[in-house]
Amino acid sequence: MTSSRRLSDLPVGQCAKIAALDGEPGIIQRLLEMGLTPGTEVSVVRLAPLGDPMEVLVRGYNLSIRKDDARHLVLGP
Amino acid sequence: MSERGSKSHTIVLLGNPNTGKTTLFNALTGMRLRTGNYPGVTVEKKVGALLGATGIDVLDLPGTYSLAARSPDEMVAVDVLAGRQEGAPVPDAAVVVVDASNLERNLYLVSQVMETGLPVVLALNMSDLAERRSIEVDADVLRQQLGIPVVPLVARSGTGVDELRTEMIAAIGASPPQPGWSWPPEIALAEASLAAAAPDYPAFELRRALLDQGGEAEHRFGNVEALAAAREQAGGPIALQVMEAEVRYGYIGDVVAAAVTRPPTPRVTRTERIDAILTHKVWGTGLLVLVGYFVFMSIFQWAAPVMDFVEATFALVGEQVEAASFLGDGALKSLLVDGVITGVGGVVVFLPQILVLFGFIAVLEDCGYMARAAFLMDRLLRWCGLSGRSFIPLLSSFACAVPGIMATRTIESHRDRLVTILVAPLMTCSARIPIYVILTAAFVPATMVLGFVNLQALVFASLYFLGIVVAVLVAWALRRTKFRGEPTPFLMELPPYKMPSPNIVVQRMLRQATHFLSRAGTLILASSLVIWALAYWPRADLTQSLTPEAPAVSAMTADQLQLQQSFLGRMGRTVEPAFAPMGWDWKVSIAVIASFPAREVVVSTLGVIYGLGEVDEESTALREQIREVTWDHGPRQGEPVLDLAGALALMVFFALCAQCAATLMTIGKETGSWGWPVFTFVYMTTLAYFGAAITAVVARAMLS
Repeated sequence: MTSSRRLSDLPVGQCAKIAALDGEPGIIQRLLEMGLTPGTEVSVVRLAPLGDPMEVLVRGYNLSIRKDDARHLVLGP
Repeated sequence: MSERGSKSHTIVLLGNPNTGKTTLFNALTGMRLRTGNYPGVTVEKKVGALLGATGIDVLDLPGTYSLAARSPDEMVAVDVLAGRQEGAPVPDAAVVVVDASNLERNLYLVSQVMETGLPVVLALNMSDLAERRSIEVDADVLRQQLGIPVVPLVARSGTGVDELRTEMIAAIGASPPQPGWSWPPEIALAEASLAAAAPDYPAFELRRALLDQGGEAEHRFGNVEALAAAREQAGGPIALQVMEAEVRYGYIGDVVAAAVTRPPTPRVTRTERIDAILTHKVWGTGLLVLVGYFVFMSIFQWAAPVMDFVEATFALVGEQVEAASFLGDGALKSLLVDGVITGVGGVVVFLPQILVLFGFIAVLEDCGYMARAAFLMDRLLRWCGLSGRSFIPLLSSFACAVPGIMATRTIESHRDRLVTILVAPLMTCSARIPIYVILTAAFVPATMVLGFVNLQALVFASLYFLGIVVAVLVAWALRRTKFRGEPTPFLMELPPYKMPSPNIVVQRMLRQATHFLSRAGTLILASSLVIWALAYWPRADLTQSLTPEAPAVSAMTADQLQLQQSFLGRMGRTVEPAFAPMGWDWKVSIAVIASFPAREVVVSTLGVIYGLGEVDEESTALREQIREVTWDHGPRQGEPVLDLAGALALMVFFALCAQCAATLMTIGKETGSWGWPVFTFVYMTTLAYFGAAITAVVARAMLS
């Protein structure tokens, strides 16, 4: 599954659906609680000046997420 | 627990961060709140009496997104709701505050609280924002859908707060809600098998133990094998967690679809337009530097006149008492002047900085900029294992670590907060400047290096740099040892911008100030009194003209003689051999020890010990004396005590040492444990000692 597209790879301005999550349960649970569940649409609003973290729009609110954490989110086609 | 007998009730207030929970808490309780710490955790306990009712307390919990506790701090919310938290009464009901403009994610926590078995009231905060975005929430539909009382209100203006109060009173003794969602068979079966193994375990906490792998509820449950088996049977821990989130968000999706009307085409919001500038690569970074500069200057420079005024006032009071003849010239007068008045002054002097810094922090936090600052700085601070949230606390610590450590309350992650607290005292605070000034002026020639850099300025800058580098290394080391553990994601909401509320800002400033005075202030005063006593006793026998240590007593001032043979002086002599690598004599040692209450005291102590009376860092007499004073005993007798190497070592020592009782007391109060200030003192003193010794040895080798 490592070859599949991750939220961390999604370019600014683009939108995609979350397909699955993988990684440590402690991290996964936090992502899920914030509304990043399978089937949810996310779009990348911008990147911080140093390229990380990224600001994403999910369930109508803006969330700052580090690329390391965004890597746990597998995107659908 | 209860002051009013059996009539006393408690209602818990909770909600996501950025929902206006604090504003609502203030509106419900007024200013009469009682604060404290829960034992063993860093969570602040906030309780206030519900206005317009008798015998009902409102207990405010820290903002949270979920009840899946992953640290003892987060577990406080679960324990309070379950009525098991030490120091908190068993609650009768819960009020969850939600932001109408962001209902979907807010309802996640609501769905968890609805399972705790407590009656739940929903406070629907209709921020002006929801209105501006044309988001309409039908409270009646929401009430029907959720099956709990829903009160629309505007916390800022107070509209609807009376109605909420009525619902809160009605909730006491009401039956708990029936959750409108059902769990898939996997979860239901796993829970049933666990319930069979632990029959009396509360259902809500059993569910949390099952779902939160590695979380606090799991540790509490204890039987990890049974949990692992139950999870495997249900498809594994991640599958279970996804199931929980999908069930809750699935249910919430239906509720929101029925109760919320959004504009058909979302417009570009005001926040979006502001963020295009404030988080812009160039403009955003530039503005952050400007904001940082303002925050730093406000406490470093602009608070200074007020601090000078405080110091001058206490000095004046001291003089008046000194002149009061009816007090005599004994221990009482000295205790009042040098102990109490100086000690209280040493506490009050922090207030201007605390008020100004927390004014800034409250404005930045309330308007939403703080999260953007953290967003911009995160990558840089992550390099040493911290997060963007540590930016303002660390920046503030360059002026003074006390408000800086208090500012770490804005850091949500427990681990990041502790690491920030532990390295904050390494930032070069303004109390270090006097000793740097006097030593550079006395020993470092004002020559130019490479043609354009003033050598004195270079030494100054190096000391600032040293503090930062050591802080980065210590933070790095802490993250790899004590604070290793499972990595936690850094997820941070970027809330919509709003006008900061003057009420919130003023209240926050006053609360931090009273906090500081009532908690750390008393301890800082106590430590000043201890040092006073050590310097006052035993009394010098001024009739005795000659002692072996000080052959030229006749040339000494009475103060000088007293300090030399006090307990403090004896301690200085005892530790002198330990400072041999740096080449400091016992007089310098006394000054180092006497500066424990506050670093800047070192200058005035040196003044007294060299027989110059009251001096400050601008004193040319002290500069000369510091250069000229010679060893009065031992192999180097007759040689100057301090040379450039010894002075550099002394500066490095003060750059790294924890000679600041106020900082240590604040760490103790903020972490709720005396282990952390002890740790800080030990690690910083060790670093300071070896740093100074290495500096002296290397400098001597290079200069000779």
